[in-house]
Order: sequence, then structure tokens, then C-alpha cells
Amino acid sequence: MDFELDQDQQMLAKTVGDFAKNESPVARFRQLRDTDIGYEPAAWRKMGELGWMGVPFAESVGGFGGSFVECALIIENLASTLVPEPYLASVVLGGMTLARAGNAAQHEAYLTPMIEGETTLALAYSEAQSRHDVSSVETTATPNGSGYKLSGEKVWVLNGHHADHLIVSAKAPGGVTLFVVPRDADGVNATVAKTIDGQKAAFIRFDDVTVDEDSRLGEEGSGAAVLDRTMDYAAAAAVAEGVGITTTMLRMTVDYLGTREQFGVKIGSFQALQHRAVDMYAETELLRSISIASMVRADEDDTSTRRADISAAKYQLATGGIWVAQQSLQLHGGIGATDEHDIGLYFKRMYALNALFGDQEHHVARFASDPAFAEVAV
Amino acid sequence: MDLTFSEEEEAFRQEVRAWIPEAMPEEMREKARGAGGFTPEDSATWHRILHEKGWAAPHWPKEVGGTGWDAARRFIFNEEMELAGAPQLSVFGLSMVAPLIISFGTDAQKKRFLPKILSGEEFWCQGYSEPGSGSDLASLRTTAEDAGDHFIVNGQKTWTSYAQYADWVFCLVRTDQSVKKQAGITFLLIDLKSPGVEVKPMLTLGHTPAFCDTFFDNVKVPKENVVGGINQGWTMAKALLGHERTLLAMIGPSRNVLQKVKRIAASKTVNGRPMLEDPLWRAKIARLEMRFRAHTMVSYRALADQQKGKMPGPESSILKVVGTKLIQELTELAMEVMGESSLTWYNEGLCPPVEESIGPYFCYERAATIYGGSNEIQRNVIAKMILQLPSS
Repeated sequence: MDFELDQDQQMLAKTVGDFAKNESPVARFRQLRDTDIGYEPAAWRKMGELGWMGVPFAESVGGFGGSFVECALIIENLASTLVPEPYLASVVLGGMTLARAGNAAQHEAYLTPMIEGETTLALAYSEAQSRHDVSSVETTATPNGSGYKLSGEKVWVLNGHHADHLIVSAKAPGGVTLFVVPRDADGVNATVAKTIDGQKAAFIRFDDVTVDEDSRLGEEGSGAAVLDRTMDYAAAAAVAEGVGITTTMLRMTVDYLGTREQFGVKIGSFQALQHRAVDMYAETELLRSISIASMVRADEDDTSTRRADISAAKYQLATGGIWVAQQSLQLHGGIGATDEHDIGLYFKRMYALNALFGDQEHHVARFASDPAFAEVAV
Repeated sequence: MDLTFSEEEEAFRQEVRAWIPEAMPEEMREKARGAGGFTPEDSATWHRILHEKGWAAPHWPKEVGGTGWDAARRFIFNEEMELAGAPQLSVFGLSMVAPLIISFGTDAQKKRFLPKILSGEEFWCQGYSEPGSGSDLASLRTTAEDAGDHFIVNGQKTWTSYAQYADWVFCLVRTDQSVKKQAGITFLLIDLKSPGVEVKPMLTLGHTPAFCDTFFDNVKVPKENVVGGINQGWTMAKALLGHERTLLAMIGPSRNVLQKVKRIAASKTVNGRPMLEDPLWRAKIARLEMRFRAHTMVSYRALADQQKGKMPGPESSILKVVGTKLIQELTELAMEVMGESSLTWYNEGLCPPVEESIGPYFCYERAATIYGGSNEIQRNVIAKMILQLPSS
């Protein structure tokens, strides 16, 4: 048992943090948010060359066989300047799903190029009615000769506007099943949707999209269990990103309190604001601490153990983390409520993370319905 | 980073788990099962039992009687003690004055005091606050006048909790009136059996025995009882603060109350089913349990640092503020779950023992956000020391 990052992990965190600061300051995010893609394929390739997309994947597919901890650390540090490349969407949502569900040929065809930075992935799992329930799928996969015909609509597909390949959940005769579909396949109609945090997603309609049997990931009916694991990875990733964001917001706010003057003194000398800042610090450290547990537990196969820390972490993001975001904005005063100041960009990203991969009520209910919760020692 | 335990560590867990019920006297086991209400005598008994096993001071260095366990074993040991509901040992000797003596004491002091703290032969209490010196501790007025080879101590200390059971008190006393208030303070060990010492217990809100006033009337204290040098008391107090923060994280008590909350919720019904099966009540309990998990992780990070011989990181500074708030919220939830039964006040046999113990404990823990440096003072300190915000 060890609560500390090892040397390699510390080095990775620093490298990614330096990259964010030097090569992708927030100004870059501002420039890119108004472009069609919202990020740069060239930067994605560079991240591939640095090996960052491969950290959680096996060496046989071009990965580095690391743990999810490394993956979460990359996300945490990219968040410090809101680096817009679709790491979470492509590596965690798309990649982790593909790694778990696909066979060797599928890994080679879809995962390896993504790891190299040549392509990106997106996971089309959410539907209008599903609300955090990955098994609620109305998109259908109808057997059609040697393959299937996909019909239905997916919503808020992160990176769905630009991904090369979509991983799509659909109901086949054997149950919820996953398929890989090229985004430019006939019958795939993506509508770009701008998101509150200055990023992009897509609403994607599948109108009788024909896929062959080789596009199916695993057996029919195996999709929901895989997606369930992916959602835990994604929640842990969102928490790690939330750590990067709240840490940055807290630092910006403490800096502001130490420079802004009113009534002839630094406003950080006011006790009311000092105490607020200390509570923000406390909530940020609680989030960082439970994030460590959740990124370690994400690889854990025991459902109860894995879920307890991940739900607790996502809950802390939704409560303490969101509160830090709110207070950071408040303590910046009027300038915090403008688009000009960066604090609001971080604020909005926190709300995006809050809404994704299970909100507060979802995780409270999940935590409370685990059999371990009701075990009362007598 | 690794949250799993090795086979040896799991074996150690089983050893501790099996040992506790064997070692614990039957009537104490009853209380541990949830009835609660351990007395200071229970705690002293458990201390002596642990000492016989060599487990009284896991956090001490091995050469003075510690166990030499690494972070994982201390983690497991604490967790098993908490899960078993074992009594908490008195912290004033083992966890407060002893670490200070180990770091700053003379060889004679180590030899005189540590063995009896370890064995539980001598209990300690803390003499810091005075009626006029609470948050502004450095304004303290209890004096120690130089009388050659000894001091003459006069004054009044308050909140000397458990002084009625203690043999010794560690005090902050004024030894120099002419300098800045922090610079004239000395850390002094005083035998409570000395002539001129008087201890007056005071009821807590929970009617439990804890609070005391301690009066010093021309008490003779040998100079060899100074720890860390004359007029170095404020430095000693700050060093001790670091130990106190992790102690006041309230991990054990919180885990214990959480178990009690669930036990009560499992035994009471709402809308015809156990409260623990009701979604609203479950969610309410779950929220606090999830926060407790995050808080526990902060404390484990601090513990791991300590074990590596490092000072706990700055995040440990929040443990007292968060932990004491959490124990209050948990005891409040216990009261809520009890409903009308939360009215009960020392009615032996009328309500289940687990319920009977909550009201007094709930009341007692209202002091948690006040003692050990009020949470407001903690925030002042963190704002200045950790966040380095400007002073007014």
C-alpha cells in the first residue's frame, strides 16, 4: 500500500503539466473554440508521439501497459490549461471500450492508429431517454445477411463531430451490443452541438447503417457490461480532470486575493474571504485525495470495491468541487462573470464534468444500493 | 501508488481481527458492539491490555517502545480497532506529550516519563487554555516564578480535560513578563499530586466526565520538568500542533458513529420497512459516508507521509476542520434517525443502549469544532501558513 506517485508517475505528471503550460496555454483553447473542430489534429499527433494515448493499453496494441493511474494523471494535468484535444473522449471512452470489447484484429485496426495519434475515437452510448443507464438502448442492430443494420439516434457524443470511428451501442437480438462504425459511413448523420464549456459534441442519427460482422465488438449482448466498466473509467477520469481544474481555480483565486486591492488593502486580508479560501482548499484536497482512490480502483475487477470509491469521488466533484468553482468565480468579483477572464472557462468545464458519467443523485443512489452499504456489523 | 495489501499484510489483519475479541473483557465487548459509553476506566484497561501485547504505541519509534510498523500495518491496525469499536486510548500522554518528549526531551525525561506513558501507569492531561486565554492562547497568565532549582507556579488552567483521572499535566506557563507574549512562555510538566494543585471537574453538555478546571496555588515544580528549554514553550506548542491535527481527524469516532447510524436505521421502520431500505434515508446516510471516504483518504495520505519520516503535507492541516464538522454531522444524523427516541437522556433500560448513548455523545461533540484550536482559528492559521494570504 502506497499513497504516493512513483517517480515515473511524478515525471509524467510534470511533463504533461509543462506541455499544457508551454504549448497549450488557455489562449490556445480560446482560439480553437470557435473553429469547426475545436482542437488540432497536429497537436493530437504530437501527443501520440509523446506516447500519452498509449499509457493504459497493452503493449501488444502499441500501448505501454501502464495502469489507469497514468491515464488519469495525464487528464488531470492537461486540465490545468483546458487543453482541448479529445483525450477523455478518445482514449478513455472510445479506447478503453475498444480495448475491453474488441479482438486483436479490431485493436490493430482501430486502437493502434488512435494510440499513434493518427485517428480519434468517440463513444456513442447515450440516448435521449437513457440518463446514465448504459443498458437503456433503443438504437437497434437488425441482422442483415452477414452483418447488421443500425438505426437510431445518439446524443451528446463527445468528439462525435470529428472522430474517425464511432463505437456505437445498439440492441441486437442477443442484447446490447457494441459496433465500430466509421463516422463517414453511409447513413451516419452527425449534427454538431456546441457545449457549455466551449467544446463540441454531436447528435448522431444512424439511418439503416450497414455494418459487417467484423464490426461487432465481442458477442451479442456483451455491450452493457463493457459500457458499465467504461463509465467507471470515465467517472474517474472526470474526477481527475476536476482535480486539475479546481486546483487551478484555487490557485488563481488565492493569487487574486493577494493582489486585488479595495479599501486600501489586499482583499485577501479580509477574514471572511480567508476563511472561504481555506474551505475551498479543504474541498479541493478532499477531491484530490478521493481522486487518488478512484483512479487506482478503476482497474479493480471487484464491482463493490471499485464503485464505492468512484462514486464517492464523483460525489465529491459534484458537491465540494462544484462549490470551489462557484466560490472561485464569486471571489473574482465582476470580472469573473465575463468571458474575458479565464476563471469562467474553468467554471463551465466543471459543470460539464458534473453532468457527465453519472451526476450526484446517480452516484448517491448507486453507492447506497450496493450490498456492502447495508452491511451492518452486529 | 497502490491501495492493495500484500499477503503478509492480510495475514496481519487477520491476526489483529482475531486478537481483539479474545483480548477484550466481556463487558467491554458489549459496549464495543454498539452500546457505547466507554468510561475512562475502560480506556485505561484497554490501554494496559494493548501494552501487554506490545501494541499500545504504533506511532512511536521502536527504540522507545513503538511497534516499528510501516504505514500499511498502522492503517490496518487502526481500521480493525475502529471496526471492532474498541475504546480510544487517552491521547494526551501517548500522542501529545510523548512525541514532544521523544523529539525535544532530555534523556532523563525520556527515561522518567515514556515507560509509564507506554504502560498506562501514568495518565496525562493538557494545561493550555485559561479563563481569559482561549483562542488568544499566547496571552496566558499562569506564572512560573524562578526560585532557584525550581519554579513556583500560580494560576488557573481550564479545559484540562480528564484531569480528574490524570497523574500529570503538561502546561504552558509564563516565565518572562518583559518580552513579546509568545517569547516568555515555557512548556512545563507538572505532577498533579503536588501540594497546591486543585482539580475541579465541570459537566459537559453531554453530562460526560471530561472538562476540568485546574488551579495552581504556589505549586513547586522542579526545573528539570521543562521541555525544550525555558521560554521555548511557544515553539513546543507549535510542534505539538502538528500531532494534534491528525489526532483530531476523528476517523475512528466517525466510522463508529456511521456504524451506529446504520444499526439504528436497520432497527427502525418508516412506511412499513426498515429505514435503511428507504431510498431517502439511505441517500442521506450515503452522502455522509461518501464524504467520510474522501476525508479518510486525506488522513491516510498524512499517515503515509509520517511513516516515511516526512512532515505530513499541507493537506493535513484541513483534517481537524473537516473531521470535527463531519463527526457533528454524523451524530446529528444519528439523532435524526432515532426520531422521537432522540429525546432520551440517561434512562437506563428504557431505550436500546446504542440509542441511549447517542444523545450525550451528540452533545459532547459540539465541543469538537471548538477544542484543539477552534475551527475559526484553524482557518486563520491555514490562510496564513498554507495559502499565504496577506495579513490585515
